[in-house]
Amino acid sequence: MATMEKARRRTTASSLCAICNQNKAALKRPKTAQQICRECFYSVFEDEIHNVITENNLFKSGERVAIGASGGKDSTVLAYVLSKLNHVHNYGVEFFLLSIDEGISGYRDDSLETVKRNEIQYGLPLKIVSYKDLYGWTMDEIVKAIGLKNNCTFCGVFRRQALDRGASLLKVDKLVTGHNADDIAETVLLNILRGDIARLGRCTYITTGIYSPNAYRGFAREFIKDLERIRPRAILDIIKSGENFRIATSTKMPEQGTCERCGYISSQEWCKACVLLDGLNRGLPKLGIGRTKTINGGGGSGGVKPGTKSRLSNVGMKESRTRSRQYSGSVDF
Amino acid sequence: MASSCGGSGGGGGGCGSQCSSLRDSPSVVGEEGNEILEVVENASVSNGHRSILRCSKCGEETAVYNKLCLDCFRSFLYNKFKVSVTSNAMISPVDCVLVAFSGGPASRVALQFTHEMQLKSQKNWDASKDQQQPLPVFGVGVAFIDERAFYSANNSEIDEAIEEIRLTVSTLFPPAKQLYVEPIEKLFSLDLIEGKARLRKLLDTIDDPTGKDDFLHYLRAISLQKVASENGFNKIILGSCTNGIACHIISSTVKGQGYSLPADVQYIDGRWDVPVVLPLRDFVARDLIMFCHLDRLRTCQIFHQSECGINYLVSSFLTRLQEENPARVRTIVRTAEKLSPFGFNKYKEYISDDMVPSRLRSKVQNLRASESAPLETLCPICGTPLCDSDLVNLKNRKCQVECDVFVSYCCASCRYQIVPKEEDSFNNFYSLLPQLFTRRVKNGLHVDHNQLREQVEEFLLSDDDEECGDTA
Ligand SMILES: [Zn+2]
Ligand SMILES: [Zn+2]
Ligand SMILES: [Zn+2]
Ligand SMILES: [Zn+2]
Repeated sequence: MATMEKARRRTTASSLCAICNQNKAALKRPKTAQQICRECFYSVFEDEIHNVITENNLFKSGERVAIGASGGKDSTVLAYVLSKLNHVHNYGVEFFLLSIDEGISGYRDDSLETVKRNEIQYGLPLKIVSYKDLYGWTMDEIVKAIGLKNNCTFCGVFRRQALDRGASLLKVDKLVTGHNADDIAETVLLNILRGDIARLGRCTYITTGIYSPNAYRGFAREFIKDLERIRPRAILDIIKSGENFRIATSTKMPEQGTCERCGYISSQEWCKACVLLDGLNRGLPKLGIGRTKTINGGGGSGGVKPGTKSRLSNVGMKESRTRSRQYSGSVDF
Repeated sequence: MASSCGGSGGGGGGCGSQCSSLRDSPSVVGEEGNEILEVVENASVSNGHRSILRCSKCGEETAVYNKLCLDCFRSFLYNKFKVSVTSNAMISPVDCVLVAFSGGPASRVALQFTHEMQLKSQKNWDASKDQQQPLPVFGVGVAFIDERAFYSANNSEIDEAIEEIRLTVSTLFPPAKQLYVEPIEKLFSLDLIEGKARLRKLLDTIDDPTGKDDFLHYLRAISLQKVASENGFNKIILGSCTNGIACHIISSTVKGQGYSLPADVQYIDGRWDVPVVLPLRDFVARDLIMFCHLDRLRTCQIFHQSECGINYLVSSFLTRLQEENPARVRTIVRTAEKLSPFGFNKYKEYISDDMVPSRLRSKVQNLRASESAPLETLCPICGTPLCDSDLVNLKNRKCQVECDVFVSYCCASCRYQIVPKEEDSFNNFYSLLPQLFTRRVKNGLHVDHNQLREQVEEFLLSDDDEECGDTA
């Protein structure tokens, strides 16, 4: 330990990349705290992703794999790395970008722009699936029907499921979404705040993407930003805490069933989206708004393969058993 | 451990804002209190007009808080305290308990109610003197840890506050209670001036502000242990309330101590020489503050939480969350409650059954019957049980030098935020560290690696053992 610390101090002093020893170090690797340059960071990162992919046989030649594209930084990096690795290592995978158009006038234009740029830059075909395709309603129409007040409920539920439903609609074999360490740390915190013990233990392996409209989510996000400012490693420490929680074996994950109507993962007879849609279609949009006892974690629970436990560079992937089950995986860095 | 509202669980982070709102003058109550005061005023104004807010319990008196009159509020809190103490077998009649008192509302309530329980059993004793085998009355002492050597605090103000505390303790009579004012620097030397110098030097070797903060917390805990064992106390009562514990849960998570977290949120913490109990665990700060205010229990915040670092960030975060939903702190504690506690969180003591009131006997026996717990390896600085990755590191390490061995026994969090990285600085740190810390590992030095492996294996097997027992 002492010698490692010494080594670290040496590199800090020289501020040259610890790997190539030529370029100026630009960032710190979270895992080893090594200071490295941007180029080396990318190649290290790509190697890690490649290792996880091959070790876990995540892709098979000929598969159609959708990359969930939000236009955000994570999904852009993910698209870049996967398309590059596909070329370099000949995965033979048919990658394409999948983006969701919520149908809010003006709102998504910017991010769709980024996604379209990615399409050209990385030579990946882009498929856009709209809320209209998935639910029969655009977000604008929903707002018109129910007023601004309650649309958060719809936003949350519909957005949570959109990528999975889109992937299902396009009959892809797998869906990959980007999650970074911040997202995982946030999930750990949120699970503590809402008392979700069942998810505590596994939340680090779950790609939740639960966008609950609760105010505390916003607080938690700001809190994590503040933490990162005064102690960057706090993010990794939160994830470590999440992995080490002593969960009694009697604590069960909520029963995992499927929606009778659409086949989407749901602990109730009908999934939240179907309840809301039913209300919308019958002109009773208030139906289904309000508390339900179980949090229907749209992004899904259920384990990512235990073999992918390598922290912070973990590509998790769920194979689909039935076409209607969702597919999701995560890449963390 | 006596900070903020009377002590937080086990690793820094008090419930800052609520408690500090009392700091300036005892008559000013914080944001939450204001709203309650309005209720009180409303009640008295409406008195002449339409409806009077009657107490929902007795229906007689005017409601002052939570739809209760002061008397009903008081007996609600007192009964809750009593249930907490008796149902967890925190105090037995033969015990001598030391109440950690900071001057804040939580520890003030803990002291008040402990005194009242003692007074009641004293009365029972007086009444049953002639009968056979009357229950003995447990003893109560009070400890105040003087931390001014840590802060650059105004001496005369603290002296005044201590006089105030002395007065408070002297009014809690009969039975009379001894107050122990323990300067924190006494851990470093019997000579207080030298002790203070050593403490300051040691603090200089700790770079991280949060690390410094937490280190004070560990010093406080160990001071309490010292006072207790030097003066014949066998239990320490901490005033940690729900808010403080919720803070601790979040800060532990942020510091990567998720594994050891459940150790600090239980009613009983038996990992120290003198077991620590937390009867106020299920009390929210707001109730305690209001009770002190309404019942005119004098409180004062003598030492203030530092306003930087992780712990401060966490307590501001929780304050915001509470504004959105006051029940949030309870949810947080309830979440952590569902994590598996450690063996040392279970009641284990060997007093004869005759000493225990008959109605509690089966409960105590149940608690006692729980399987002998696997031994945990504890971090010598903060006392948290080491997690698997720490243990593996420890097992693979082949250190010979005493101070290196010490570091290898420390948890990852202490290694990061407390133990100095630089060699000179570390040597300084280690040489200044009170023996009460270093001794923990020196005893552990005799544990060889085989024994350690056995400990780990014992831990891994414990699940199977239980299953066999069930099926047999
Ligand atoms: Zn480089
Ligand atoms: Zn459905
Ligand atoms: Zn009443
Ligand atoms: Zn420690």
